[in-house]
Amino acid sequence: MSASDPLSQIFQSSARRAAPEPTWVERIPLAVWIVGFVLLIMPLIANNFWLFQVFGWTFILGMIALSLMFLAGYGGMVSLIQMSVAGMAGYAVAILGTSGMSDLSLGWPWWLHIPVAIIIAAIFGTIVGALAVRTEGIYTIMITLAIASAFFYFTRQNYEIFNGYSGFNLVVPPRLFGVDWRQPVPFYYLTLACAVLSYLAVIYVSRSPFGLALQGVRDGPRRMAALGYNVTAHRIAAYTFASVIAAVGGILLVWQNSQISPGTVGIPAVIDILVIAVVGGLRRPIGPFVGALIYVLLRTFSPDLLTGFGLSGERFKTLIGMGFLLIVFFSPDGVLGLWDRWRARQQRKRDPLRDRSTR
Amino acid sequence: MTDVASLNSVASGNALELRGVTKMFGALAAISDVTFSVRPGERRAVLGSNGAGKTTLFNCITGDFFATAGSIRLFGEDVTTFPAHERIRRGLRRTYQISLLFGGLTVADNVYIACRGVSRGRFSLLRPRRSDPLLARVGELIEAVNLTEWRNTLVSELSYGQQRQLEIALALAGAPRFILFDEPAAGLSPTERRELIEILNGLPSHIGYIIIEHDMDVALRVSESVTMMHNGRVFKEGTPTEIENDPEVQELYLGDGSHSHG
Repeated sequence: MSASDPLSQIFQSSARRAAPEPTWVERIPLAVWIVGFVLLIMPLIANNFWLFQVFGWTFILGMIALSLMFLAGYGGMVSLIQMSVAGMAGYAVAILGTSGMSDLSLGWPWWLHIPVAIIIAAIFGTIVGALAVRTEGIYTIMITLAIASAFFYFTRQNYEIFNGYSGFNLVVPPRLFGVDWRQPVPFYYLTLACAVLSYLAVIYVSRSPFGLALQGVRDGPRRMAALGYNVTAHRIAAYTFASVIAAVGGILLVWQNSQISPGTVGIPAVIDILVIAVVGGLRRPIGPFVGALIYVLLRTFSPDLLTGFGLSGERFKTLIGMGFLLIVFFSPDGVLGLWDRWRARQQRKRDPLRDRSTR
Repeated sequence: MTDVASLNSVASGNALELRGVTKMFGALAAISDVTFSVRPGERRAVLGSNGAGKTTLFNCITGDFFATAGSIRLFGEDVTTFPAHERIRRGLRRTYQISLLFGGLTVADNVYIACRGVSRGRFSLLRPRRSDPLLARVGELIEAVNLTEWRNTLVSELSYGQQRQLEIALALAGAPRFILFDEPAAGLSPTERRELIEILNGLPSHIGYIIIEHDMDVALRVSESVTMMHNGRVFKEGTPTEIENDPEVQELYLGDGSHSHG
């Protein structure tokens, strides 16, 4: 920055900016570097089951929950339509691309059916958003839940397009660059890359004019209108952005399961996404991924654990429900809220005079 | 659009024109048949006791509520059915009586949002570059209301007086042509009031405003004309001196003790 730049003068006059600006490498905390490194070398540590079933699924559910977190955390709109949007993208891939139902699937090439699937899901999410933004609070939850359940029943009863109860099987990712992307290691990196990109996109957009305006709309819609913003348009655009992330998650989900059926977009799945986002924490974009990891671990290992205690493995839902209750009861900000409080306490112990605001 | 609007304003000559504006809440008329006009660059005070309909009048002008009847013209253009953001983009601004700021964002972010609201790229997904002229403008506005030191402070951590100053910065963002100030001096200390009067009197002369103010001393020092409201109707209009010396006004306004409260 040159000294004649008025901005730099303002920065220099501010006492907080006395230290030289850290480079982007320094600004990223050490913990992030460690987590990033571990995720990158995970295939050397973990076996195929962990890569494909645990981490792959965590990243996918994390992305779908991230789209909910974006709307709820930055936009103040708790939308239950995100799983349906993901499902719409999954169905679109199955219908437009190839599947075991060769008389229903259109067999379009991957470079056409994947983008079109994302666009269809984004349009679907935008239309639902346009309906939902006219309501607030609990009514947004109700209307999105109503549309989500309507979508579920529609897919189950419509045989001409959605193939009804049985849905589509044998939906697999295209073979690109000679790699079978459904093999555990390639699939792990594919989902990791998509998850990291969505995460970075949300972080970046939250500080863009659109993201700031969205947070403004969350805090004071009337004031935003009085500043010249079209509040409704911003809310709807937030649904579009979130839908794209959910759509990518939905496509990965159908590839992982290699099938999609009405159960994928059923009410339990819709609620699970909300539980994941809330358990992780709705305040920051990392929350949904933390929530997804907890959910996937419980879902994967609690049946064995429960059988070990002589209980039916089917009771894992009780365990998830109790975990949800405990976390929401002790920390409305989810696991991240607990983590923040623990860190604040550690910091106070180390330096009792340290002021919260200088953190 | 703006060009047409400014052409029209030359024709009609008024920045703001209200004709028979009425707002009903159920069977209750908060304001009824309010008619007056304000020239470009004119500074007018709207006085009246609590419940006289002053804030409702502002809400109708900015489009926070739609008027039940009557018409509102802004720089010659009929904006009666326009949503709030369309009126704001035509140069209208307002401040709020109770702070409606974005507490979770910093001072600079608040002003940036205000500047962005009336410029291009409201939906931009790209972060502003360091060289963005809008950022320089943000710095100037923060400077204008003496908040430079608190630029990166969260608004929820500012004092009440500072929040009121930030309200004014938000109203000055973009290219305002007409501003509605809703009790900007309420709750301010004497020093802060003096600063406020300086800021208002220091506004460029092409910017007109209407100010709602209970403190007569502030109101009469920053305005050149006065509209008295009572029970939702325009009761008197005149210069500050005329209004101050009007026996009816004295009985109505000074009699109910509003003046001594300030």
